[in-house]
Amino acid sequence: MRKFYTLLWREVCGYFYSPIAYIVLVFFLLVAGVDFYFQISFMNQRPVQYSVEEAFFNSVFFWFAFVLIFPLITMRLFAEEFKLGTIEPLMTAPVRDWQVVLAKFFGALVFYLILWLSTLIYFWIFQTITHQLAANSAGAYWGSYLMLLLLGMFYLSVGCLASVLTKNQIIAAIISFCAITLLFFLGLVQFILLDVSSGTRDLLGYFSAIEHMGTFSRGMIDTRPIVFYLSMTIVMLTLTYQAFQSRKWRL
Amino acid sequence: MIKVENLTKRYAGQTAIKDLNFEVGKGEIMGFLGPNGAGKTTTMRILASFMPPTSGRATIAGFDIFEQSLQARAHLGYMPENVPLYNDMRVTEYLDYRAALKGVPHRRVAERVGDVKELCGVKEVEKKLIGTLSKGYRQRVGLADALLHEPDLLILDEPTIGLDPNQIRQVRQLIKNLGKQHTILLSTHILPEVEMTCSRVIIIHKGRIEACDTPENLLGQIRRAGGVVLEAKVGNDNGAEELKKISGVRDVTTEAEDDWKKFSLRVESGVDVREEVFQLATVRRWTVRELTQRRATLEDVFVELTHPDEV
Repeated sequence: MRKFYTLLWREVCGYFYSPIAYIVLVFFLLVAGVDFYFQISFMNQRPVQYSVEEAFFNSVFFWFAFVLIFPLITMRLFAEEFKLGTIEPLMTAPVRDWQVVLAKFFGALVFYLILWLSTLIYFWIFQTITHQLAANSAGAYWGSYLMLLLLGMFYLSVGCLASVLTKNQIIAAIISFCAITLLFFLGLVQFILLDVSSGTRDLLGYFSAIEHMGTFSRGMIDTRPIVFYLSMTIVMLTLTYQAFQSRKWRL
Repeated sequence: MIKVENLTKRYAGQTAIKDLNFEVGKGEIMGFLGPNGAGKTTTMRILASFMPPTSGRATIAGFDIFEQSLQARAHLGYMPENVPLYNDMRVTEYLDYRAALKGVPHRRVAERVGDVKELCGVKEVEKKLIGTLSKGYRQRVGLADALLHEPDLLILDEPTIGLDPNQIRQVRQLIKNLGKQHTILLSTHILPEVEMTCSRVIIIHKGRIEACDTPENLLGQIRRAGGVVLEAKVGNDNGAEELKKISGVRDVTTEAEDDWKKFSLRVESGVDVREEVFQLATVRRWTVRELTQRRATLEDVFVELTHPDEV
């Protein structure tokens, strides 16, 4: 386990050694901050049916920033090691392939959580200044951050897979961006194609991140998306592991 | 320490190494020679478990590199060609990380990292970013990394490439000292280096082993066992013709420089013709300013084995 933690620590630090972490953090907090401000000023103008917290997690701004950060976080994971050749000292040290794959995935996840947990400050600021509740219940916070975690795990694992396939970071970013955007819009297809059967619509509904976020940010924890995202993450990580192992035979 | 049996590696449509068989005993410094693309790096990568062989097997310290790869890797310090390192880490940071990765016990990490920094002479750059280091220091950080977990075996892929003559001398000295406690397999192009450091040499060409012996034995074996150089004023004599008459001389080449002529004699192995040459010179009353025996070097062995048509 010590080797895993060592690898994990290096992955998390790896973000902060390079400028990527700071660029992503600044970009993300800027967009999220602007979004939060807009939502509140909008709510100031007319009475609405939802809470600040719901508005924040269901806006267009939010989804825009959300989809964009995954390629930025995951593109370097494997591609950089392949490009620099550092994969050679790494894999000739006594570590197992799965330790490396999991360390990279969880390293990305830790960075992703650092990003999102910093948005908790917004709600704290809102409540201290306005003395009003930002959400209807504590469950709404749990729900939305749980959904962030689940969606994050799934999309990060897609990004891992994209990064393991190439040694060019740009290509890795493009592959994961396309794949994640496609998965994201798959959930919207049910609203566009009205002539598909209800079975197809239900199937596509499973991919609907927007719908899941809508439910969870109201504090309603549905187990179906939990199972769905966890199992999809495991599938993606298994594929990543397989692709990572296959590099030995492709060399 | 290393045992290689029928090791073969094929890339798409191309055989990189074919049926390699060799053994490296404990405490040996084995030199691995060959032209570019001969399969040196491939062999070393296979031994370091970086890629699997197509067929055949190899063991390191008794552990199969494929079946018991983790144990084999734990006994091995490997320094890849061109030493890839994380450019955005600091030297000490990197070595600490590598020590933990290689399973050096917690309480010994600081001690080991301090030791290898001292040994490899990277103490003065310990706080620098690896990306800002010169080639020589990167090489030494790579070597320090390979030594961290006190491996029984070191595999060094071109440890002196890209270094200046002073650095080469330092690294060579370091390798020689390391050879007292470790078994070493090193590849290089620099032949004098091998003659000075290695106890045995493998010459590999087009994926096959051409020779495997001590440097002395290799020198004794080759056809072109050396020769004699004579520089003299021969007047109107045809020096080359006269010299060829001496038994044991196979061939004479002449270079003229004003009145002086320089004759390079190729002789059969094990024959010393200097005395006959001297006798001839006194009889014909040639003025001699040089008469030396040229020893065969490993370079001759190397050229003969890997480029037979040039001999």
